[in-house]
Amino acid sequence: MINTGDILETIRMIDNDNLDVRTITMGISLLDCADPDIRKACDKIYDKVCRYAGDLVKTGEDISKDYGIPIIHKRVSVTPISMLAAACPGSDPVRFALALDRAAKQIGVNFIGGYSALVHKGFSPGDYAVISSIPEALSRTEYVCSSVNVGTTKAGINMDAVEKMGHIVLGAARATADRDCIGAAKLVVFCNAPEDNPFMAGAFHGPGEPDCEINVGVSGPGVVRAALAKAGDCDISEVADIIKKTAFKVTRMGQLVAREASRRLCVPFGIVDLSLAPTPAVGDSVAHILEEMGLESCGAHGTTAALALLNDAVKKGGVMASSHVGGLSGAFIPVTEDAGMIDAARRGSLSITKLEAMTAVCSVGLDMIIIPGDVPPEIISAIIADEAAIGMVNSKTTAVRLIPAVGKKAGDELQWGGLLGGGPVMEVNRFSPLKFIRRGGRLPAPIQGLKN
Amino acid sequence: MRAVITVVGRDRVGILARVATVCADHQVNVLEVTQSILQDLFAMIMLVDISRCTVPFSRLSDELSAAGSGMGLKIHVMHEEIFHSMHRI
Repeated sequence: MINTGDILETIRMIDNDNLDVRTITMGISLLDCADPDIRKACDKIYDKVCRYAGDLVKTGEDISKDYGIPIIHKRVSVTPISMLAAACPGSDPVRFALALDRAAKQIGVNFIGGYSALVHKGFSPGDYAVISSIPEALSRTEYVCSSVNVGTTKAGINMDAVEKMGHIVLGAARATADRDCIGAAKLVVFCNAPEDNPFMAGAFHGPGEPDCEINVGVSGPGVVRAALAKAGDCDISEVADIIKKTAFKVTRMGQLVAREASRRLCVPFGIVDLSLAPTPAVGDSVAHILEEMGLESCGAHGTTAALALLNDAVKKGGVMASSHVGGLSGAFIPVTEDAGMIDAARRGSLSITKLEAMTAVCSVGLDMIIIPGDVPPEIISAIIADEAAIGMVNSKTTAVRLIPAVGKKAGDELQWGGLLGGGPVMEVNRFSPLKFIRRGGRLPAPIQGLKN
Repeated sequence: MRAVITVVGRDRVGILARVATVCADHQVNVLEVTQSILQDLFAMIMLVDISRCTVPFSRLSDELSAAGSGMGLKIHVMHEEIFHSMHRI
């Protein structure tokens, strides 16, 4: 007989603590859809996505029913579209975005990621056209997400791309100013981007991945917080242990769902991404875990240490639970998507400066941060450069997802609802980095990139 | 193939009978039953054999959920696999 306590614990995790599988993401290679005629390429893309992922949503719902586990989203990620754009130079890459959007709508998924370019060493044909088209593509589509990788530990940072992306982030916000600048919420700038990340907006299906695969993103910050609350006053080692054990259970659930989805769809299993991904819902906050660990408000001194422990313990617990762990895997700190973060930002205890330090020890970067609409592009580029440097030097993934709030200033708010949430505009350092950013060129790879 | 039916809520007359009836209606054999009081909440756990179930799993789940709502209870039906995988190394 299964242990009664285990069963009730599982039920409590799901009912009370917001335990869920955040996403089943099907990664699909579009390399075989490349065509010098962009219309033919778009037809092939639409057909392949619909053929491969046609049953994804229904399968996700069936598995959710059978196991009693909420599966919040079903998503698709594709080959960075700049690789297909290279085959049809001179064509308008927004057509690709429109084809992806149509396919996503047809199969009923929540997002389709991969309107992307990998430019960490330099630009190829296709890259520049795709990147320039991002604001229009995100404004004209509903489901498409975009990402650009500007640096790696092995390649260094492409500072020309960094300079360009400041303009593109601003452009994406301006093109959707009538919709609370949501375009910028669907765009991520990466350093060391993973090829198998199931979370949006940064999901794409890397060139090293197979033709098709299933990646699952679990979540459950509420579960971790509840476990810590139950433990009361214990020392830091015990805190780490509790988080590890909880992360194990959460990841095992993701592994089960991944295996089932893989079996039913006849698609190989890729990875489980064991990230603690918050939502704006009550009881689903990473900031609240940090506060449960003993901080009065997220952002107070001590936050970086607490987050370092959390991120590490999540990985240690999760790694044992799955045969293949990948993606981002750690703790997310997206400001507008986390009820605790939103409160901490509003009450002034969380600033961009503190968030930057936190990104050195967690699994993403400066995520879902709203900045004033009048911040010039070179400051946005400089923020990207800083994040990329942290990722490059520490051999980890970092990312920037900033939302310039057109027409708003510090203290105002933006609201999108749903998983994207909303929150206050946060001020940035206004001293100018223009001369630094204008230099362009390549920031050399650090010595730790030479691992041979 | 086995599933776990969990009933959580305030104790009242007829819970076991109602759930057992739905199971019997669909050829689902009850293998084990345990009860516990969790704080002041009543929790009943039944291990059932669904290998001869005459309706699709989702329908069994829906009917039991509806039966639960009718009595002010939360009823979960899940394949036993989830518990084995989450709580064992």
